[in-house]
Amino acid sequence: MSGWMQHLVIAPILLPMIVSAVLLVFDDRRRKLKRVVSLGTTALLVAISALLIWQVNGFDGESGGNPQVYLLGNWSAPFGIVLVADRLSALMVLLTSVLGFTALFYAIARWDRAGPRFHVLFLLLLAGVNGAFLTGDIFNLFVFFEVLLAASYGLVLHGTGAERTKASLHYITINIATSLLFLIGVAMIYALTGTLNMADLATSIPLVPDEDLMLLEAGAAILGVAFLVKAGIWPLNFWLPRTYAAAAPPVAAIFAVLTKVGIYIILRLSSLLFGESSGGAAGFANEFLMWAGFATMLFGTLGILATRKLTGVAGHYIMVSSGTLLAAIGMGGETLMAALLFYLASSTLAVSALYLIIEPVQRNADEEDMVVGMAEPVFDDEYTGAVEENESEIGVVIPGTIAILGGGFIFCTLLLAGLPPLSGFIAKFGMIDALIREVEISTDAWVMIALIILSGLGTLISLTRAGIDLLWTPAKDSPASLSVIEVAPIAVLLSACLALMLFAGPIYLYMEGTASALADRMGYIEAVRFAPRAGEVAP
Amino acid sequence: MEAALALGIGILTASGLWLLFRPRTFQVVLGLALLSYAVNLFILAAGRLRTDAPPIVGKDAVDPALYVDPVPQALVLTAIVISFSTTALLLVVLLASRGLTGTDHVDGEEDDQ
Repeated sequence: MSGWMQHLVIAPILLPMIVSAVLLVFDDRRRKLKRVVSLGTTALLVAISALLIWQVNGFDGESGGNPQVYLLGNWSAPFGIVLVADRLSALMVLLTSVLGFTALFYAIARWDRAGPRFHVLFLLLLAGVNGAFLTGDIFNLFVFFEVLLAASYGLVLHGTGAERTKASLHYITINIATSLLFLIGVAMIYALTGTLNMADLATSIPLVPDEDLMLLEAGAAILGVAFLVKAGIWPLNFWLPRTYAAAAPPVAAIFAVLTKVGIYIILRLSSLLFGESSGGAAGFANEFLMWAGFATMLFGTLGILATRKLTGVAGHYIMVSSGTLLAAIGMGGETLMAALLFYLASSTLAVSALYLIIEPVQRNADEEDMVVGMAEPVFDDEYTGAVEENESEIGVVIPGTIAILGGGFIFCTLLLAGLPPLSGFIAKFGMIDALIREVEISTDAWVMIALIILSGLGTLISLTRAGIDLLWTPAKDSPASLSVIEVAPIAVLLSACLALMLFAGPIYLYMEGTASALADRMGYIEAVRFAPRAGEVAP
Repeated sequence: MEAALALGIGILTASGLWLLFRPRTFQVVLGLALLSYAVNLFILAAGRLRTDAPPIVGKDAVDPALYVDPVPQALVLTAIVISFSTTALLLVVLLASRGLTGTDHVDGEEDDQ
């Protein structure tokens, strides 16, 4: 491996960042140019991350994979900052790129006109998210977190309006406060171990003396709260449904991956720093994560049933998904981990598709004056000031709007509720299968299984109700217009879920490889510690 | 010196937290600013307190006992810049919210009491 392939790891961060900076100098009247360039960038990102997956999966596909380490500034591992792409990171980067591409494609239909500099902020967000997935250093992680947060503040405000401004005021305040918790946690961990490199931390945490263990765990817990707020754990998630509902649809669609950033970090740190061989700190907070995950699932399910707005359903579904993932992380076990990763991919794609499909479905109902169940007057003005400029739709308006919307909506419902035969079912089946594979099934496992099934049922009830309200209304006049540009990204997301189902075998194998690499963790640590500097030969 | 620093961090945190939970947006911004000062001092303390010890290490063989840990100082610099800029951004949103809702309450509407 040499030449340009060596720099593939940093490309998902550098590419959107550079393009975003370049686009900043063009003003918003050059809309077509901005659209072409940013869409091209996200398409390129999808290609790069697919290549990255192929690269890190190892050419034999069997062993612990082939983690790629990139030494920034050519400083060797614990001293300089490293970027690490292993199977998990590469998977998350691919997921982000796919969501980024589809959300941006959707935004081109009309949403990018709702405010200035949409493309710049969007690409900056992608750079931050990819950076958070790829970095191997917790302070660098903080920096990328701030990059993605700063971009997300701008994106929540995209389109302005009183509702968005109020929601983003809360969102920004909460995130600044949690960033401070992040810093406190990082400082405490640094004070005790003297390092910020994740792989180096993994080797030095078992050496922390017993009397300092409590301080270390306190630091890790404070650090963890920062990620749990991002992931939307109960009771730190009341900001989530409101912010996501207030954001413009393509923004909400890409925000679906932001909660997964929190989940990813929790997964990475708990397996790397507090795995089985971490001495006194092993298994730290696992039980807490499990119970907090259960509470989040329950709260999310109740929220799904209670809310009558589709954006609210989607927001609470994100919580259910986070809760499921956190509970599964807390329970641990390799087979469960593989199912968890499959669920992560499937639910993120599906909820993103739901956010994109909500807006045309609602628009359809709005135009027929059949707005049932939208009783909350607070939200009446939700889209005012957004994009009501009457420019002609771009692209061809396709017939059979209702059929397409209804079909897509049913597809989403099946995916989210986890009904066969789609990928949502495979993921939930995998998790339940992993839970009952033990000889003696614990109470925790039963609670988890019950909650998985209940949350699916809740989602099904709520989405069916919404579907009847919004889609099974007699079509009086010609239905609302729907352009190809809006349908295409939804179709891409749903067919990605379809691909997850059709190629479940090889994809599941990849997830199992990822899970065993996470459990083993020596592959990651050794790849970082023995990463050769440029101009040196690998030992 | 430890006592003075600990007291300083404690007072800043307490005042910051109190302000953070106030209903006016400007108080919240000031609260976040105070909290970020407290956190910056805390990071500095994480590198152990030393006086008259430079953080810059020369090229020759050095005795690390003569120097203070430079990493936390670098971290503080980054943290200062980031919290400063996000606070500035929050101020802009605060003004926008004041303009759109006509009140400086954090929820965009006054309590009914």
